[in-house]
Amino acid sequence: MLEAYRLEGTRGDRTLFRGLSFSVAPAQLLHLAGANGAGKTSLLRILCGLLLPAHGEVRWGGQPIAAMREEYAAQLLYIGHANALKDELTALENLEIGGTLAGRRCTRDAAFAALEELGVGRCAQLPVRALSQGQRRRVSLARLALGAGGGGGNGAALWILDEPFAALDTAAVAYLENLIARHVDAGGMAVLTTHQPLAVTAVTMLRIELDFEMDARS
Amino acid sequence: MSPFACIVRRDLLLAFRRRSDVLNTLVFFVIVVSLFPLGVGPEPNQLRAMAPGVIWVAALLASMLALNRLFAADFADGTLEQMALSPEPLFLLVIAKVLAHWLVAGLPLVLIAPVLGIQFDMPLDAIVVMMVSLVLGTPVLSLIGAVGAALTLGLRGGGVLVALLVLPLYVPVLVFGAGAVVASGAGLSAQAHLLLIGASLALSLVLSPWATAMALRISLD
Repeated sequence: MLEAYRLEGTRGDRTLFRGLSFSVAPAQLLHLAGANGAGKTSLLRILCGLLLPAHGEVRWGGQPIAAMREEYAAQLLYIGHANALKDELTALENLEIGGTLAGRRCTRDAAFAALEELGVGRCAQLPVRALSQGQRRRVSLARLALGAGGGGGNGAALWILDEPFAALDTAAVAYLENLIARHVDAGGMAVLTTHQPLAVTAVTMLRIELDFEMDARS
Repeated sequence: MSPFACIVRRDLLLAFRRRSDVLNTLVFFVIVVSLFPLGVGPEPNQLRAMAPGVIWVAALLASMLALNRLFAADFADGTLEQMALSPEPLFLLVIAKVLAHWLVAGLPLVLIAPVLGIQFDMPLDAIVVMMVSLVLGTPVLSLIGAVGAALTLGLRGGGVLVALLVLPLYVPVLVFGAGAVVASGAGLSAQAHLLLIGASLALSLVLSPWATAMALRISLD
């Protein structure tokens, strides 16, 4: 279970949110909404442990994540704004490296199957430089489909996704929503930001709206 | 494949696909060293005497020039975040990156150095000592440089700042590295100098990856 306890996030000397507490249990999906600049990305980075909150802490299974960085990392799959792809490497190489870096065994076949599933199997041997923005996003998201037989996301219990639907076409959006639903349905957790209405059905969906203006008044 | 081997392999592969970067460092090294005879004149004794210092200073500058590439690309495309979130300890991944960096930016300098030594009419045993001192010394340059590169990540004008941060820390390596070659040229044993470089290698191998990992986390914050 992921818990946020009285988080306060700041950027420069601006307070983005204060006293923010919530928890995400297995089989729950948290949808973070808010205007541009409301602090969604900062909150996600705090949840990952990339950013330190000004106050409060993030807990995983009751323990602060700062004290158990490696164990937490093994449970976490984070896909940020940046695709973390190398232009010079092929889609397949990029995915294999991404999987290995996340500490999972990643065979070439598994990587290829994941690319196929995201509909970029044809581009597997092309350098990422040659791919379009949407195709790159698909290659990056293929990490979610790695080892899809065993729950997807290569066994990560918690998915943290920053604008996963950006640059995707409608077919890919539908596929991704389905993938997330399957993950959450199988007892996984997901935290994501998006400006689109989320059509993930049949799972417990929480929603937090970050509103900088309201915070500034209070 | 372990994440460590994966990073080394990936960085070597990237360097291979961007060969010009590697060549730039090497050509810079050769040109800087070759400029000195043109500047100070072709007197053989003088050239022989200044060869160790010139080659070492050039190696220093060349390896510093390559530092910007160490983390910048990974920082820009988000791979560095993924490394920081890997279950593998970050300092191990840092060692992997520095190792790969040394293989493409440090090792070529060591291999081309004998040719430059001949250009300065250095005696054979001095050339051998120079190579040994470079083999021990250039990894220290990469390790110390990694801390500077990590600290200045994402800053504007980071290149100059790296130089200011890192060059003073390079001084001991320069003193002992060039000192070893000078000593052997004077018929003395270079052992003491080489042992001291070895000691700095051991020390920086312990401290620098740890400091680099901390600096990277700060830069990502």
